[in-house]
Amino acid sequence: MSSVVKQIIAVSGIMILFLVCVMVLGLCFGSSGTGIRSFAETIESFSNPDSLYYTIIWKIRFPRVLIAAMVGAALSLGGLVFQALMRNPLAEPYILGISGGSAIGAIIGILLNLSRFPGVSILAFLGGMGTLFLVLLISTGKTLLKKESLLLSGVMVNAFCSAVIMFLISLTQDARIHNIMFWLMGDLSSGGKSEALIMGIILLPCFVIIFWFSNSMNLLLMGKEMALSMGVNVKIITVSLLMISSFMVSATVCYCGLVGFVGLVIPHLLRLVFGSDHRVLVPACIFGGGAYLVLCDLLARTLPHQGEMPAGVITALVGAPVFIFLLKRSE
Amino acid sequence: MMETSVCAKNLSYAYDGATVLSNVSFSVSNGEFFIVIGPNGSGKTTLMKIIAGLIKIQTGELEIKGQSVKKYKRKILARKIAFVPQQIPTDFPFVVEDVVLFGRSPHLGTFGLESRKDIHLAEQAMKFTETSYLARRRLNQLSGGECQRVFIARAICQAPDIIVLDEPTASLDIAHQLRIMDMMEKMKQEKNITVIMVSHDVNLAAMYADTLMLINNGQQVRVGPPGEVLTYETLESVYGCPLLVDENPLDKLPRVTPVPGRYIKGLSDR
Repeated sequence: MSSVVKQIIAVSGIMILFLVCVMVLGLCFGSSGTGIRSFAETIESFSNPDSLYYTIIWKIRFPRVLIAAMVGAALSLGGLVFQALMRNPLAEPYILGISGGSAIGAIIGILLNLSRFPGVSILAFLGGMGTLFLVLLISTGKTLLKKESLLLSGVMVNAFCSAVIMFLISLTQDARIHNIMFWLMGDLSSGGKSEALIMGIILLPCFVIIFWFSNSMNLLLMGKEMALSMGVNVKIITVSLLMISSFMVSATVCYCGLVGFVGLVIPHLLRLVFGSDHRVLVPACIFGGGAYLVLCDLLARTLPHQGEMPAGVITALVGAPVFIFLLKRSE
Repeated sequence: MMETSVCAKNLSYAYDGATVLSNVSFSVSNGEFFIVIGPNGSGKTTLMKIIAGLIKIQTGELEIKGQSVKKYKRKILARKIAFVPQQIPTDFPFVVEDVVLFGRSPHLGTFGLESRKDIHLAEQAMKFTETSYLARRRLNQLSGGECQRVFIARAICQAPDIIVLDEPTASLDIAHQLRIMDMMEKMKQEKNITVIMVSHDVNLAAMYADTLMLINNGQQVRVGPPGEVLTYETLESVYGCPLLVDENPLDKLPRVTPVPGRYIKGLSDR
């Protein structure tokens, strides 16, 4: 067996184990007060579908944990792909404004009273693609240094998106405002089994395709020309990877708003531990990113004494300092 | 008659309307050492990129191994031609071993799973370029000469028929320049690989090339053996500076010496 395959299996094994542990924690804890002592009862509740625990754990927490894992995986992968294609360790869907663009699309959809699927989702995807296009267009100008200009244009597009979002929200006069604001901050609380199923159907194929292209990402890191000379169809692969990542990100935005910096923290951490081979990093990001967001959501559910806070608050609290640290280090 | 490796007919190229190459035609045989020389901005790099299939031809025809370059699939072309760029990107975090092994990717599937044979080929390529001792080092820890050798190892690992190099000896000291040129010669002799290269060092080019091509302002001035191309009339008209051309004592090939201004001034004063 090739050493790469062994490494993929070993790394995925470790990360899956970690993910499962965190998911079990996510099932046991929550704002409704069921502590770890109920673990045995959790197992017991399997056989007793009428109990309260069964409802709390399998109907409310389980889909939520599952969705958090998938969203975390999608966002980390998005970050990994953007960093490889733009050859910039600080690129990330949230920082580049892709998430913000998707949010604009989604809010317009919500204000137009469209259904979440397909109306809001399509608008969110279009918004995400629009901002991606805008950022790339601004940053490819010849006057600016590429690495910095990409981030700067991203930050500016993001700021513009925030302004548009606030503008749209200010126009709304009804009770939906609170919901929109809470969703926007990255909230994972509103999901059931059917949402989890839809997310799975949307995201899993994306994961597989990105994994399939992971060696091309290795070659693209050496620059466009080197990749071409080694037989990579640079245009097709770049465009499809950017589209797929933006698609994944907009799907997560539709469901849980802006969860920032996951795609920055996780790929960077995993690169430090496992090296830079994307064939290993893609599965590591899927499971590790999943575990990270489950953990953040768990904190968001349990930290406040009453109610809960959006998970996006936690990821931003962790992620923004990490971004500044990386920026200082890359200088 | 040797088989043709690369055959170009009336190649022209323009960036945003500014002509970089016009009507360049030449042919390179299998196992030939073909060096392109010319002043800065004469279109050498563009020509290399066209041959390596990195930029599409606009007008003219280019045949690689008897087949038009347009008909090649990207991956099949990468099995025929390897490219070593002028500026080597070193800001990505792979170790030398990985970089050399990446050279196998045109022969592997999309996922790039390498077999023991591929790892063996990578080891051989590193041995050939004397980079084995660098295997676990990161690229940004290497010197310019080491980096260049690693990228040549990667190109060899690609097992191509043709290697295209864009000024591989630029910014290297004399010892490293010779080392790289000797390596190219050995590759040509031992593996019958066609070597196509840009060089700004006319003397080095004269000593190693089977065929030289001199280009200026995107136009081909002369193609042929070094003795025919490197005459002072041609060189002076192209480079626009006084040059002395004699024979080098080693193998009677042309030797070009640029003449400093003070000698010219001395002459006109007298």
